[in-house]
Amino acid sequence: MFAKDFSYAAPASLAEALALLQSQPEGEVKLVAGGQSLIPLLKLRMTEIGALVDVSKIPELHGITDDGDGVVIGAATTYFQAVNSPLVQKRCPLVIQAVSQVGDPQVRARGTIGGSLAHADPAGDLPAVALAVDAELRATGPSGSRSIPATAFFVDLMTTALQPAEVLTAVRFHATDAPHAGTAYVKHRHPASGYAIVGVAAAVWLNDDGTCRAAHVGITGAGTHATRAAGVEQALTGKRLDDATLTAACANAADGLDLMSDPYASGEYRAHLTRVLAKRALAQAAATAAQR
Amino acid sequence: MRQKISVNVNGVPRENEVEPRLLLVQYLRESLNLTGTHIGCDTGQCGACTVLLDGQAVKSCMVLAVQANGAQVRTVESLASGDAYHPVQQAFWDLHGLQCGFCTPGFLMATVSLLQRNPNPTDAEIREQLEGNLCRCTGYQNIVAAVRSAAEKMRAAPAASPTPMPAGAGGE
Amino acid sequence: MSVTRLFGASVKRREDPRLITGRGAYTDDIKLPGMLHMAVLRSPYGHARIKAIDTAKAKAHPGVRAVYTGADLLGRMNPIPCAWLIPDSDLKVPAYHALAKDTVRFTGDGVAMVIADDPATARDALDLIDVDYEPLPVVTSQEQAAATGAPQLHDDAPGNLAFHWKFAHGDVDAAFRDAEVVVKHRFVQQRLVPNAMEPRSAVASWNPGAEELLIYNTTQNPHIARFLTAVTTSIPENKIRYIARDVGGGFGSKIPFYPGDALAVFASKDLGLPVKWTEDRRENYVATIHGRDQITEVEMAAKRDGTMTGLRVKALSNMGAYLSTAAPGVPTWLFALIVPGCYTIQNYACDVFGYFTNTTPTDAYRGAGRPEAAFLIERMADLLAAEVKMDPVEIRRKNFIPADAFPYTTAGTLSYDSGNYQAALDKALAMVDYAGLRQKQAELRQQGRYLGIGLSTYVEVCGLAPSAAAGAMGFQGGLWEPATVRVLATGKVVVLTGTNPHGQGEETTFAQMVGDMLGVPVEDVDVVHGDTGAIPMGWGTYGSRTTAVGGTAIYKATVKVIEKAKKLAAHLLEASPDDLEFEQGSFRVKGSPGKAKTIQEIALMANVAWNMPEGMEPGLEESTFHDPTNFTFPFGTHICVVEVDADTGEVKIERYIAVDDVGVVINPMIVDGQVHGGVAQGIGQALYEHAIYDEGGNLITGSMMDYTVPNATQIPTIETARTETPCPHNLTGVKGVGETGTIASTQAVVNAVVDALSPLGISDIEMPLTPERVWRAMRAAQASAAPTGQP
Repeated sequence: MFAKDFSYAAPASLAEALALLQSQPEGEVKLVAGGQSLIPLLKLRMTEIGALVDVSKIPELHGITDDGDGVVIGAATTYFQAVNSPLVQKRCPLVIQAVSQVGDPQVRARGTIGGSLAHADPAGDLPAVALAVDAELRATGPSGSRSIPATAFFVDLMTTALQPAEVLTAVRFHATDAPHAGTAYVKHRHPASGYAIVGVAAAVWLNDDGTCRAAHVGITGAGTHATRAAGVEQALTGKRLDDATLTAACANAADGLDLMSDPYASGEYRAHLTRVLAKRALAQAAATAAQR
Repeated sequence: MRQKISVNVNGVPRENEVEPRLLLVQYLRESLNLTGTHIGCDTGQCGACTVLLDGQAVKSCMVLAVQANGAQVRTVESLASGDAYHPVQQAFWDLHGLQCGFCTPGFLMATVSLLQRNPNPTDAEIREQLEGNLCRCTGYQNIVAAVRSAAEKMRAAPAASPTPMPAGAGGE
Repeated sequence: MSVTRLFGASVKRREDPRLITGRGAYTDDIKLPGMLHMAVLRSPYGHARIKAIDTAKAKAHPGVRAVYTGADLLGRMNPIPCAWLIPDSDLKVPAYHALAKDTVRFTGDGVAMVIADDPATARDALDLIDVDYEPLPVVTSQEQAAATGAPQLHDDAPGNLAFHWKFAHGDVDAAFRDAEVVVKHRFVQQRLVPNAMEPRSAVASWNPGAEELLIYNTTQNPHIARFLTAVTTSIPENKIRYIARDVGGGFGSKIPFYPGDALAVFASKDLGLPVKWTEDRRENYVATIHGRDQITEVEMAAKRDGTMTGLRVKALSNMGAYLSTAAPGVPTWLFALIVPGCYTIQNYACDVFGYFTNTTPTDAYRGAGRPEAAFLIERMADLLAAEVKMDPVEIRRKNFIPADAFPYTTAGTLSYDSGNYQAALDKALAMVDYAGLRQKQAELRQQGRYLGIGLSTYVEVCGLAPSAAAGAMGFQGGLWEPATVRVLATGKVVVLTGTNPHGQGEETTFAQMVGDMLGVPVEDVDVVHGDTGAIPMGWGTYGSRTTAVGGTAIYKATVKVIEKAKKLAAHLLEASPDDLEFEQGSFRVKGSPGKAKTIQEIALMANVAWNMPEGMEPGLEESTFHDPTNFTFPFGTHICVVEVDADTGEVKIERYIAVDDVGVVINPMIVDGQVHGGVAQGIGQALYEHAIYDEGGNLITGSMMDYTVPNATQIPTIETARTETPCPHNLTGVKGVGETGTIASTQAVVNAVVDALSPLGISDIEMPLTPERVWRAMRAAQASAAPTGQP
């Protein structure tokens, strides 16, 4: 299987990458890092481009650092690197829980944190995580750098708030290792592709008395883009997260979703899974939070 | 436009001019005549094309040859040293971990990588860690048994595990 | 080496060293000097008229050597033949052109081909061909195709009917008239994609000087391919050599002769250079055959005590757009004869209707007709058991053909040569602790959990042969097998077989058998297959026939070698042949242990021929042409234990037991491996796999991203065991094991899921049992059970 031919450059700096992006007509150029989503599309000629800019070797896009109450992960960090980072393991277990369920080991060896988020596949796992822990997505463009909150980043089906000339440089995930905090990622995988039919990322913070201080629920797969289940979150605040409360709150988990449908799972089933998995994720997260 | 790449394949430095669209697997098979790495699915599910890229298992049909510029690549052809099979190869042979053999090179390379990450996996972990490789013949049972057996042997004789990379196993 | 040590031993496979080192020789690995590359432009429409094709831009593209369309082939290539012309069925075989003449009838139908210097250029040039299509109405299911007013595919097949095949035995009407109980059901065998891991490939090399064709090809049956190539291209059969040494899985999909093969030959001959064609996986999904796709309406007549008395089957089979090589035989003969299964039903009628649709042609996929049959009868057994409130085990025991009744002629007019169904069932029940499981099931049900136990007590028909049966069934070939056993001067042995194993391990099992018989090390025996230049004839590997038919031929040839060697040994030892005994590779004069000649010594003397007995020809080589007298009939019991997630409908297989009786076992390790793989494919059908077309005729599960080929997490550990009832009518006692696992397993899984959900009143769920389908069935059952007004 052969893609239509294109030019390829692997710039050594962010500045060089930005210059390359601007030197090509819009729509003719794409960024690639791991390529685990893009290369198959090119081979199938479902995406045709004139130029490919490989950002995987740019030093500014690498590195995992602690910035106090969060962890900043360079956009070109592979899933494998993220999962094996003691810092991420300690401070952002939700990233580990989700990333270890992405694709398969070979895909995780190549695929990147930034690539996944920028690609914004509606069935990707990381968008749900980014939403649940209030991630910030950092981008640099011709007019400088900016930070985009996850809630504003996922605009539509495979569409993000990134501008064509911008490069996603890093993602900052809020830490969830405080006392009484817990997270979980629960996913129903497509049996062939491994993508999320529904994936629910939950983060729960409890009060000392065991009631819910805050709950965040990010949902991916079910709709055209990842979203927060605000209704569920509000219904849980201040409550004890017992089975009945979770069931009642999660009955609304699929409300407002622009549900997708495919031969494997209808929109109706996705909605049902969303409710079931939201409850499971929240229960797991709450159980972890109660133990910390 | 063709671009020059330098890749170390199975210990042999290679320099070639390739089209940017050429996949690593096509480079190995067509440019270097290393036909042990197979193309099964084209969309990244089957893992028949799995090779080690800088020590990690990757699907070489999902990597451009130009992306491997400057990298170390190991293919199935490098596993055995002389007449001695790698413990993973040996275990697949001993325990009937293959039938038609088409997916086998990918499973071998994925297993080498898996046992580097986790020298003592449970059966469930083996199955999860081989999720990126499909086999239509074996039902996986003897593959799992072979991986388990290889892990035991490699733990017992760790010296044999990091297979030396023989120079000259690099195809034509 | 003693007899007991090789025959019956888990000898490691002789195929493996080349395969684990990356040194196999699969077709796409072949490179020939000057080789060109072919790419095929395929129809994006399910059904369309081709108004015009403009190839000028493609022809002008640098690196392109030739572009051909259907018009270029007319008069120069015959249509792709169908080779199973079932009689008495009004069979219609519309012309299947390798490149469409004026109409495309499925997405994937060939429209044009490009020959270029390299495969990327060939692919690029496809985008430069302009085709003006006039879309036509599309029909993708057999039920739609049968409807009045349905779009018509072929002028010469009115009503889209490819055939109507009928079978009847006994007094079916009386059985239903007298029935105390009648159970009716409609089953859907969904369409599957074989998905051999190696895509199809051909390297055709025409030698203009010798006017000979050499073709490397991914085929299960090189001699049939040679014959069909001759028919299609008019190259004389004796000028064609097929080589298929390493084939990366077939499962039936590499039996047929395909347009791609014919096109590569055509282009090579036209251009005088080798041409390689390797399909990519997307092409494999649309242009390599599919399997199953049968809808059956079944009625079973029975007594209140559970005795099955009659069976009526109406089957609608989706043949796809054209009739592939063996297609008509699959849903008819290979399906219908074995439908009565293990049971003593003597009144049986079956009507099979084959329909053309705008889909990829269907043909034999692992099991080919017999999985459909076993599914049908084993699901009906459970439905009857539920109807008369018997345990599924007891309904089977009640209707089994008793062990002392063999040979037994069934309502399918097959003569089952042997069997002991009770024994296999008992063994499986003991392994799974059936009584304990039922107890556990009852306990879990109290907790709202759904555990299910599914049985499949199957019998199948394989070892495909005899040739007279093939002829009577309209198969345009024989089903005998030749064998040659040649002992060289150095004592090394060459075995030629016309079968073409591609994963089943007969390079090893045949070597074990011959090594055992001749008393030579297994390493000294080389099994040669997959080369029509070396092997005189053969009908190939499919239908679990390789060891039963091909192996028996080798057995007979080896016996002849030993007979000749014995005569020569007697001559050299100056003894009477009657005074010689042959053991562990040595001919010894009875009572004189010092007087002996090894088989190697005899081989040397036979090959140099310095001192031959009067009238004996030189050499130590014998051939046979073996045609069995009957099929073989493996049987067994599979038991699947599942738990269904009450919230999501997900099915988890907790245990899987396979007790199979495949006759005498040459290599237990290989036999177990065949069972594992077969069961995995059966589980795939039950839970995961489904080829789905949209209304326009597009295959929407057309890649491994969308169509689930089960991975290692989706297949459970399979607990295997055996009973051994030797096949009484061949010399080796073997029956065949290539397909048993697939034939046995699908219904075991479905029966288990239905059993799990039976408290909800669920009696069936259509395959594949995806979580959503199971969830919907549970929800519907709960809704209908709930009092009015309740959710």
